[in-house]
Amino acid sequence: MAKKITVSPLTRIEGHLKIDVEIEGGKIVDARSAGEMFRGWEVILKGRHPLDAQQITQRICGVCPTAHGHASTRALDDAFEITPPDNGRLLRNMVLGANFIQSHILHFYHLAALDYVDISAILKYKGNSPKLNKVKRWAKAELDSGRSNALSPFLPRYKGDYIEDDELNIEAISHYLEALEMRKKAHEALTLFGGKMPHTMSVIPGGITEKPTVDKIAAYLSYMKELHSFIEKKYLPDVIAVAQNYPHYFGIGKGSGNFLAYGTFEENSEGTELFLTRGVVIDGTYRQFDKMKINEYVGFSKYKSESGLHPWSGKTDPDPEKEKSYSFIKAPRYDDTVMEVGPLARMVVAYLSGKNEAVKNLVDGTCASIGIQVSDLFSVLGRHAARALECLMVAERCQQWPMELKPGEPVHTPFTIPSEAKGSGLAEAPRGAVSHWIKIHEHLIDLYQVVAPTTWNCSPRDDQGQRGAVEQALVGTPVADVANPIEPVRVVRSFDP
Amino acid sequence: MKLTRRKFLQICAGSAAAYGTSSVLTPQVVHALKQKAGNQPVIWLHGQGCTGCAVSLLNAQRPDIAETLLDIISLDYHEAVMASAGEVSMGVLDSALADRAGDYILVVEGGIPTAHNGDYCYIGEKDDKPVTMLEAVHTMGERAKAVVAVGSCACWGGIPSAPPNPTGAKPVSEVLPNATLINIPGCPPHPDWMVGTIAHLLLFGIPHLDRLKRPTMFFGPNKIVHDNCERRQYFDKGQFAKDFSDEGCLYELGCKGPITHCDISTRGWLGGVNWCVRSGGGCIGCTEPSFPGNTGDGLYEKLPAAQVPGLPSINAKANTIGIALGAATAAGIAGHALGRAITKGRGKGKEG
Repeated sequence: MAKKITVSPLTRIEGHLKIDVEIEGGKIVDARSAGEMFRGWEVILKGRHPLDAQQITQRICGVCPTAHGHASTRALDDAFEITPPDNGRLLRNMVLGANFIQSHILHFYHLAALDYVDISAILKYKGNSPKLNKVKRWAKAELDSGRSNALSPFLPRYKGDYIEDDELNIEAISHYLEALEMRKKAHEALTLFGGKMPHTMSVIPGGITEKPTVDKIAAYLSYMKELHSFIEKKYLPDVIAVAQNYPHYFGIGKGSGNFLAYGTFEENSEGTELFLTRGVVIDGTYRQFDKMKINEYVGFSKYKSESGLHPWSGKTDPDPEKEKSYSFIKAPRYDDTVMEVGPLARMVVAYLSGKNEAVKNLVDGTCASIGIQVSDLFSVLGRHAARALECLMVAERCQQWPMELKPGEPVHTPFTIPSEAKGSGLAEAPRGAVSHWIKIHEHLIDLYQVVAPTTWNCSPRDDQGQRGAVEQALVGTPVADVANPIEPVRVVRSFDP
Repeated sequence: MKLTRRKFLQICAGSAAAYGTSSVLTPQVVHALKQKAGNQPVIWLHGQGCTGCAVSLLNAQRPDIAETLLDIISLDYHEAVMASAGEVSMGVLDSALADRAGDYILVVEGGIPTAHNGDYCYIGEKDDKPVTMLEAVHTMGERAKAVVAVGSCACWGGIPSAPPNPTGAKPVSEVLPNATLINIPGCPPHPDWMVGTIAHLLLFGIPHLDRLKRPTMFFGPNKIVHDNCERRQYFDKGQFAKDFSDEGCLYELGCKGPITHCDISTRGWLGGVNWCVRSGGGCIGCTEPSFPGNTGDGLYEKLPAAQVPGLPSINAKANTIGIALGAATAAGIAGHALGRAITKGRGKGKEG
């Protein structure tokens, strides 16, 4: 008989997520992923001024507001029929790029690593780092105090197979602290041109409001050099160290095996050339992306509106009591196929597109050095590795874009807000493909739909009964101790929901 | 040297030059805090938010977030940070109620949906039943030493409560009308506003609050964005930016600085590397109860007071203009038709 377990809240993610799994013979045989919150962006945006969209939709996610801002301004650019000048395009990329780095570092060290690293190892620290000794003194005082929830927020936690090597744990704790500084530096670099973070002020349709001056360019480059060095010397080696301690996680959490990437970071003003490749991989074959093949199903979602609509005719009419429904997340599908999005999807799409030698060499080289096949990347560890590799690539490119800026040249193209128009904006958030869809009527927003990355990954079943990407990745996952289901939470967190 | 409340307020206001403009917790303050017995337990609940307030807290400069966690607070419950998950997490709330009732501070981030019995946001599950944010705020709030609402969603309702407020989103003040409450608005709030308020709470008790329960040391009547704006000289000279990225005062592009309370124009984001108006984006009034305005309004629409003939060119005293604009704005926000007329007028007036 199957044993049912629930993890709610599923923590160290952005948002409210629950997973229900059924376990039989020590393995998950069925899974449900449920989004537990509804705010109603689409409903609130209707009737508002089109320029508000990029400010308001940034507030969907405080970890990746720049990605929503980017998708939204792309949708408005499209609707207004404008393209940003080179300076505007490059500065937008630099803002988005800095947040990719921030988000990837935050995800690995502060959201995911606590599933592997044993923080209590700090008590055995014998070195002379003032910072680590301070943590050690704190940990000892906390444990000696005997208070409930001592050593919070690091304890309590699930019991499980944490890393046993003290030296490795202590090094990871040291990097956890350093990564807090690094992710903040990425935000500082971003704010030079973004004005504020979270939630940037300067990104607008037609470009950006901030100007590229030599002092700011120099500061940005200095930040990026430091971040690049951290990624190369600490982040990537730490991911490999986790992989060496948990090699079986290359075989856990495979998922749908189909991948979608809109691509992002425009390399020309029309946006036809992208630094991160656009495309679709279904059954191991690369295909061109067609934006009209996206549909959102709500058969198992808490919406009473019609199911299977394209976002340009999308509806968002919530009903918390709807029969058979179990999630506020809709179920977007591409060509009726369940797709995974995120850094792994972007790597796979670029790898199989045949157009991106840099990614192919990076992936082949990394797989060879770890001693795995490319197909082993379809896994928990593969997602972490893809994220780290992408972080390195973006940090490299972020040192090149500033050199293409032309101080004194325009940063923004003037625009007229049309009376009637429609537009779409495709971008990548650190956690995956994000698209915004707008229709304007009498100068105001008539329809706005957002298909966020986590709706692809964490979606419930669609009307055909197909499980969402995370649900599929959970099925087959071994669970050693049903009271401490650490394996399934590792699977879910590898998606960075 | 003993840390006095007066000295502390000077530090918070950034007026003590030696402390720089973006550091609340100087070694002196940290030392004073360490004299208190043990770290302050904090329970941080997320409702209808975006986690942006929590991310902003991670951007604290001096002390940084690690020092804050080690020296000042015990962050017992925080969905985005804590190691635990599921039942183990929910157990933390139980033990806080059992062992630390009346002792912990409850921090609320995000709005609280009240429609449909709170079913628009579950924070976890207990005894096989979902726990709504509404229920959790009641349970944890009623036994807290103090409640701190961080961010404009928790303070005023914010974006989830914008018309037509599809989920009945409410601020903490309406869910817990009798709580000892401090509002720290902003979308997100500056980390100094959060850390500074907690520090004041621990060292000297509740800071001085205005009628909206905002600490006046950060949001007082002398902290109007426009009054301390580095582009203020342009306004006084009547030099207005006509399009984004132009030099000049951003008033014509919809800057809400004249009605917005906070010290961001002197404090700056991320250690002061930039801030909203300096970057050319203007102020969208994110700390104000009116944020993000009504359907038909626009975050980039000119404050309606600009309709008063000649007002922008009057080289009047700051206070006179601030008050005049504030009053006119309150009337303007109710006037959707006026807002739309401005939108269309501006759109048509521009070259494509």
